[in-house]
Amino acid sequence: MAQKKEASLIKLVVVLTAIALVAGLALTGVYALAKGPIELSQSQKKEKALNDVLPGFEGSIKDTVINYEGDDILVHRAINNDGTLFGMGVETFTKKAFAGRFDLMVGFDDEGVILNTEVIKAGETPGLGDKINKSKSDFAKQFNNQDPAQYKLQVTKDGGDVDAITAATISSRAYCDAVQRAYNVFKTVKEACYE
Amino acid sequence: MSKIKILTKGFFKENPSLILVLGMCPTLAVTTSVNNALGMGAATTFVLLMSNIIISLLKNVIPDKVRIPCYIVIIATFVSMVDLIIQGFVPALSESLGVFIPLIVVNCIVLGRAEAFANKNGVFDSILDGLGMGIGFTISLVLIAAVREVLGAGSFMGHQFIPADYNILIFVLAPGAFLVLGFIMALMRHIINRVEAKRKNKMCAAK
Repeated sequence: MAQKKEASLIKLVVVLTAIALVAGLALTGVYALAKGPIELSQSQKKEKALNDVLPGFEGSIKDTVINYEGDDILVHRAINNDGTLFGMGVETFTKKAFAGRFDLMVGFDDEGVILNTEVIKAGETPGLGDKINKSKSDFAKQFNNQDPAQYKLQVTKDGGDVDAITAATISSRAYCDAVQRAYNVFKTVKEACYE
Repeated sequence: MSKIKILTKGFFKENPSLILVLGMCPTLAVTTSVNNALGMGAATTFVLLMSNIIISLLKNVIPDKVRIPCYIVIIATFVSMVDLIIQGFVPALSESLGVFIPLIVVNCIVLGRAEAFANKNGVFDSILDGLGMGIGFTISLVLIAAVREVLGAGSFMGHQFIPADYNILIFVLAPGAFLVLGFIMALMRHIINRVEAKRKNKMCAAK
C-alpha cells in the first residue's frame, strides 16, 4: 500500500464515528424489517407448543404470571367450556442446561399428571443434547402420562425414574429440572385457585 | 493474478480452513450435520462478500490507525443483519446454529480477508476474493460435516440410512471433529504435494 499521510486525531474520530453511525442506522432498518417475522415465528411456536401439550382440549385459555423463586413463569390455564379445569400449560425453563438455559412447555391435566412436554427454545449440542427434541429421540416421551407425585423427576443415575440420553446426562438432568419447576408451579397455581 | 484465480484460489490452494487454518471455531463446532455446515457457510460467505465490498470502497477513507475498529464495526453490522434475518425468516436454521451466527464477528477469515485483501484491492477483485473464500470455507465445512454426519449419526442431510445402533458417537463429539479435520488436512497436503511433484517432473523432462 502506498504510504498514507499521518491522519489527524480529529479525522480518526470522525471516520470511526461516521462508520458506526451508518452501521447503527442500517441495523435499525434491518431490525424493523425482521422484528415482525421474529415475533410471529415465536408466538406461533408457543401457540403450537401449547396445543401440543394439551391434547384434545377445547375451551378457553386464561394466562396467569406466577413469580416462582424469583422468576416470572407464564401459566396457561385451560378451562373447559363448562367452567371446570382441564389442565394447565406451563412455560417453564431450566438454567442447568449444557448451553445455559432452555425453555419448555409442559402440559398437566387437572390432577397434575403430565400430558406432554414440548421444547420452545433450546441451544443444546447437535447430535447429543438436542435429542431432548421429540423429532430426534424418544427421550421426552417417557414423561407423558406420569404423575410427578409418584414419578421421581431425576435421571436414574441420581436415583430417579428418568432414563437419561446417552452422553447427554446434563441435558437430561436439565429437562427434569424444568419439568419439576413446571410441576411446582402447577401445584402452587392449583392450590391458590382451585382448592 | 488473473480474475479467475482470485476467485478459485480459496476453493483449494488457499482454502481458508484446510490450508490457511483460519476460522477453526465454526469449522469444528457446527460440522455435526451437513445442513448446519451449508447454513454456516452461506452466512459466512454473505458476511465476507459484503464486508469485502464495503472495506474495499472505504479503503482510502479509513485512516490506518483506526482500521481494525472500523473493520470490526462493519463486519459486526453485517453479522447482526444476518442473525436478525435468519431468526425472522429461517427460524429452524437459527435454532440449530444458535450462538455460532453471532460468533462470525470473530471469525478470523472475515477480518483476515479485510486486512489482507480488501484493504489493498479494488471492489471487483474484493468481490471475487470474498466469494471464493466463502465458497472454499463452505466446501471444507461440508466435507467435514459429511464425514461426521455419515459416521456419527448415520444420516446425510438429515436422511437416516444407517440404523442408530451402528453409529460411531465420537464423530459427533468434539474429538471426532479434530480427527476428521486432521485426516482431511493430511489428504489435502498429499494431493497438493503430488500435483507439485508432477509439475516438477514435467519441467525437468522438458529440459
